Amino acid sequence: MDTLIFRTIAPYLASLMVLFSVFVLLRGHNEPGGGFIGGLIAASAFAIYGIACGVAPVRRALYFHPMAISGFGLLLSALSGAVSLFMDMPFLTGQWTEISVLGLPIDLSTVLFFDIGVYFVVVGSITSIALALEEREHA
Amino acid sequence: MAIEPGHAVDLSGAMVLAPTTPADWLVVGPVAIPIVTGAILLMARHETRLHASLAVVGLLATLLCNIGLLARVLDQGPLVMTMGRWLPPFGISFAADALGASLALVATLVAVVCAFFATADIGAVGRRYGFYPFMMLMMAGVGGSFLTGDIFNLYVWFEVFLISSFGLLVLGSQHRQLDGATKYAILNLVGTTLFLTATALLYGTFGTLNMADIARKADGVRESAPLTTLAVLYLLAFGMKAAAFPVNFWLPASYHTPRIVTAALFGGVLTKVGIYALLRTLVMLFPPELELLSGLIAWIAAATMVIGIMGALAQTDLRRVLGFVVISGVGVMLAGLALGTSEGLAGTVFYAFHSMIVMTALYLLAGVMNGLGGSYSLSKLSGLYATNPLVAAFALLLILAAAGLPPASGLWPKVMLVRASLDSGQPWLAFAILATGLLTTLALGRVFILAIWRPRVAAGPKVPASPLLGYVALTALSLPVVVMGLYPDPIIAVAERAADAILNAPAYIGTVFPEGAAQ
Repeated sequence: MDTLIFRTIAPYLASLMVLFSVFVLLRGHNEPGGGFIGGLIAASAFAIYGIACGVAPVRRALYFHPMAISGFGLLLSALSGAVSLFMDMPFLTGQWTEISVLGLPIDLSTVLFFDIGVYFVVVGSITSIALALEEREHA
Repeated sequence: MAIEPGHAVDLSGAMVLAPTTPADWLVVGPVAIPIVTGAILLMARHETRLHASLAVVGLLATLLCNIGLLARVLDQGPLVMTMGRWLPPFGISFAADALGASLALVATLVAVVCAFFATADIGAVGRRYGFYPFMMLMMAGVGGSFLTGDIFNLYVWFEVFLISSFGLLVLGSQHRQLDGATKYAILNLVGTTLFLTATALLYGTFGTLNMADIARKADGVRESAPLTTLAVLYLLAFGMKAAAFPVNFWLPASYHTPRIVTAALFGGVLTKVGIYALLRTLVMLFPPELELLSGLIAWIAAATMVIGIMGALAQTDLRRVLGFVVISGVGVMLAGLALGTSEGLAGTVFYAFHSMIVMTALYLLAGVMNGLGGSYSLSKLSGLYATNPLVAAFALLLILAAAGLPPASGLWPKVMLVRASLDSGQPWLAFAILATGLLTTLALGRVFILAIWRPRVAAGPKVPASPLLGYVALTALSLPVVVMGLYPDPIIAVAERAADAILNAPAYIGTVFPEGAAQ
């Protein structure tokens, strides 16, 4: 898709979508949203960027290989489930704590990190598939 | 949600409040450790040199965890952990009894040896395409299938190991691999769809997916619910996974195409997961329906073992011969299911242990023979006895084991199954098992005569691959084969415990629902 309008707008659109995906991910704790849908939005952002500007710039921008991102997400999710080992509770039991950053209270939980892990798994695997398909199309 | 300190909330109606000790975590270790290792391998995807050692370390940790789990289960009965502290049946339970824990242990043992053998069989390209991450995730799926106490979760673990196995199957992207993988994928997806359909019907009937909950509610709904339909659907779905006649054709169409270590892992482990799922659903959840179907299953068992081994007699490719031997073993295991008695089921479980180890060893042996003789074809392989007598020794032992002859491990489960058939007044099933043993001797004896005894007819590769690693792997697998053959008492005891675990559903239900709470 080699149109000037698309190529000009794609980087801005992609960055907005990534920002929105993070919003959806964090919102998902109490309201509709979450890691899976957030990950899908981010992956579509990278796909759009890839369609507009080619696959190589996307890979450069991501820095890590999509599969490695996926692996990181899986690791994060699995380890956030294992925190409850130290609390005498079963696997995947949510643990909450509250920290204060510059006087603002922030709730942290293993559930959040599990969801961030899901986000990375989805971003990594869907981006990996999308980029592989786009590469084939351009080749 | 975080609980505010000021509010007193009674959680006892929703959550497990008893503290979980670190020893209870043994039940999730066999799944969590391979997943974490697989994730690390995915992140370190460029460091392919590290892959093999990381995978072996991860699998050894899994093996230790499995040993601890089995020891605890044999000592204190089934071990249950419900994820996220929610009370079952709302939380998803992992429930390890003697059957699941022992099969998970043997499967991991086999996987350790395969990971070790793969250091020679899988080159840098195979590692780059993710052999080890796929293998770890597949073992996570296999472990999850053996240990979960929730039937939908069982479906999820089936998917996990199936999708990983697709990846392993196409590693190399050769034409015939893609051909084999297509057949494997489509037929397995049909099986999986049946499994899912049956599970949806089951959920509609029972309103629960927890297997202990299903088992205790089955008697109450038997009058009005289509439990026989469910049992038949599960029989068909898991029969496909296990490669039972007449839905076994995906196995010989695909198992000879991947790398030999992949075939070894598949042939050893995957069909047994199908057998396990059959035992778990039919024996534990639907015993009266199993009784109704036992005649049909007996015919399926006999047909699977006899037709399977006749297929092996007709093949000229060593890997295809082994594929049919796997199928015939599935038939032998189904015989115990058809009998449904304690001894028959114990024979099935023992045969599953034996078959996992022996089939993997036979595939690895085929890999070693290919490395030495340069081919898998029985018309080209020859003269290995003259050049490598040790290969001949391993081959002889493993052939005796597969045929069920002393001093190897195949003898005892067949003795148990034959005796159980005679005790249940089904001498023809005993005859089928014995005839299969004879035909297995013929089919594999033919391999031995052609590939090993026959004087060399064709030149092998100029530089035969060094079989040292193969010898180590084969020794590691042959030791349990000989030990189980010569000193079977402890294994028979474990197999009997495993059979009792599924026959005695109330004990299992009691561990998942301790004080009969949450009706």
